[in-house]
Amino acid sequence: MAIVFEKTKGLTDAVTHYCPGCTHGIVHRLVGESLEELGIIGDAVGVAPVGCSVMAYNYFSCDMVQAPHGRAPAVATGLKRALPDNIIFTYQGDGDLAAIGTAETVHIAARGENVTIIFINNAIYGMTGGQMAPTTLPGQVTQTTPYGRDTSYSGNPIRVCEMISTLDGAAYVERVAVNNVKNVIKAKAAIKRGFEMQMQKKGLSLIEVVSTCPTNWGLTPVNALKWLEENMLPYYPLGNYKNTKLEGEE
Amino acid sequence: MATKIVFAGFGGQGVQFVAKVTAYAGMIANKEVSWLPSYGPEMRGGTSNCSVCIDESPIACPIVNDPDILMALNTPSFDKFESMVVPGGTIVYDSSLINKTSDRTDISCKGIPATKMAKEKELPGLANMIALGYMLKLTKFMDADIIKSAIEKMVPASKAALIAKNVAAIDLGYNYAE
Amino acid sequence: MSKQLMKGNEALAEAAMRAGCKHFFGYPITPQTEVAAYFAKKMPKIGGTFLQAESEVAAINMVLGAASAGVRAMTSSSSPGISLKTEGISYLAGSDLPCLIINVQRGGPGLGGIQPSQSDYFQATKAPGHGDLHLLVYAPESVQEIIAYVFEAFDKAEQYRVPAMLLLDGTLGQMMEPVDFDLLPTAKPADKPWATNGHKNKREHNIVNSLYLKPEELEIKNFERFERYEVIKQNEQKAEEYMLDDAEIVIAAVGLSARVAKSAINQARAEGIKVGLIRPITLFPFPVDYFTKIKNNPNVKEILTVEMNMGQMIDDVRLAVECKKPVSLLNRSGGIVPSPSEVYNRIVELNGGKK
Repeated sequence: MAIVFEKTKGLTDAVTHYCPGCTHGIVHRLVGESLEELGIIGDAVGVAPVGCSVMAYNYFSCDMVQAPHGRAPAVATGLKRALPDNIIFTYQGDGDLAAIGTAETVHIAARGENVTIIFINNAIYGMTGGQMAPTTLPGQVTQTTPYGRDTSYSGNPIRVCEMISTLDGAAYVERVAVNNVKNVIKAKAAIKRGFEMQMQKKGLSLIEVVSTCPTNWGLTPVNALKWLEENMLPYYPLGNYKNTKLEGEE
Repeated sequence: MATKIVFAGFGGQGVQFVAKVTAYAGMIANKEVSWLPSYGPEMRGGTSNCSVCIDESPIACPIVNDPDILMALNTPSFDKFESMVVPGGTIVYDSSLINKTSDRTDISCKGIPATKMAKEKELPGLANMIALGYMLKLTKFMDADIIKSAIEKMVPASKAALIAKNVAAIDLGYNYAE
Repeated sequence: MSKQLMKGNEALAEAAMRAGCKHFFGYPITPQTEVAAYFAKKMPKIGGTFLQAESEVAAINMVLGAASAGVRAMTSSSSPGISLKTEGISYLAGSDLPCLIINVQRGGPGLGGIQPSQSDYFQATKAPGHGDLHLLVYAPESVQEIIAYVFEAFDKAEQYRVPAMLLLDGTLGQMMEPVDFDLLPTAKPADKPWATNGHKNKREHNIVNSLYLKPEELEIKNFERFERYEVIKQNEQKAEEYMLDDAEIVIAAVGLSARVAKSAINQARAEGIKVGLIRPITLFPFPVDYFTKIKNNPNVKEILTVEMNMGQMIDDVRLAVECKKPVSLLNRSGGIVPSPSEVYNRIVELNGGKK
């Protein structure tokens, strides 16, 4: 029988700990496939954050480093400066990247490090049980905004792609989602393009993946996808925010 | 025999540099030396001082609280360190900027109008070296030739023209007659 | 190459490069900024990395990244900056990563001052970060010794897979003394099969990590690490003994305080007072063996620690002599260095007022 689909070699055989319906699994696969298709699994070093994806080091088959909360971009910078010809990426959630690690995120982009950042935006702190994230929407109920996020009190959500794309060191910034097949295919293309930017030493690439958290949103996986479409996509418009031509592109 | 020296003045008078030349000369003469600056905001404009120790044996404490020699290039420095000089010690001060002398009878306190001389002989910024030349003559703590070779080694090749001026300033101070 | 006159801060940077360190990450802070300035000037010439980070926090995590890659990496700061680095230091220790951290101490707590201090002794030796961990801590007393221990620190950090710290004070960083780089040993870099530098599809993937969610696993890791610390305690204690043979009064002091004490000891010895010095060079491991010798020595009547803090090393000295000798403290704080005459006067006092 002909094999038509295989698990990517970019992932290990470890069983992930993610909740049923969580989109981390999809994004892991897209990253693993990109590494495999580009032939860079053996060159890649990934940096896992603190958050739900803290144990990503067990799932990606390349070398992995686990970073302190928010510091993945700094760790990636140290790796890249020591290994300029390797492929260095971080995989971070919204609390890690846009709250405790905001300075590291802004400055890795300002420096234009040749690093790829995979940013999972699911509008909530998952691992600690559903608290307000820097990307939690206005009015959204979380454990620490039990009456809904009041922006006059708890502040406003941060649109990361819009912010990072203002920095000259950022080469490629794109927001994608994994809520349907079409968007998953687009997300894959964006992640792959991010790695290609790095391979061609164009500067920082950041791919924001709008994702779901059924468990902490209190929704079924299907309803979570629907909630993402109805609530997150209007606030976080998909699309390209910064682009740089790759070799051979007009 | 240990020699402990404090160099003191305003930032910009070359206090750290003249101290460095002295320490470097000690090193050339195969002695143990230490050079310890005051640091912090004062190095950018306020008062500045530097401790130098020169000794035959390893230098224990590099901080000089009891100098054998004080070079004072401004009045606040003169006032601050005058009482700390050990009995039998020497103060060399710039009498173009300090209008006083010491009342102490147990030390030798000698003024030299170094700033005025530097201006007259077109040796801008070298009052420090003029004072050092005079200090060498008064205290004989080191041979002037060693100081001169230290200057030659410390001034970068790109500024070689400065060597002759520094050496001339040393000579000028050394040959100063009251 | 003959002797050069160099600042401690610059000499340590030069020594690090000669020890094979091509990756420095730092953030400006007085009184150690010359370290960064020296690297900024020299690293490009040897194809190395000098990077001014956005924060102390970022700098130590860049060290973590570079150390994970298997290269010799370092950072440098002064007291308030080291406090910011403690998170990263804990992760480095938990991930068994070697690296070098310089602390050119200034007075604290808080923003404190910028004058020399030894008030981070507790931080360096007891709690350089959260969790069960130690650093190798070296406290040299001269510029020549600084460069020697930069080499030693890198070698030992790699040998034992622990982060190392050079604990200096503002004076040692700022002062110039002659240094002779010809006296340096050859660096002994260790193999790093654990490094995350890309497996090239030729080995299993390496993971640098400090997370162990199962208590049983974390406990095993911690016990294993503490077994290494025990080996370090047995093999790596270093101290200088100065005029100790017949000493009745023993001073314990490190770094600049030890040099002040030596001046006072020289003066007291000239007057026939039997006083000597133990100068710990390693602070972790604390050189307990040197103190054990005096603990049972009936000649020794008094022990005095001289410190530029409110009394920190005195605790380790008391533990090392198991309180079998009276231990007292002479200290200055806030950036003030005790003078040789203060120490001398105390020696005379401990000698029963007799010169």
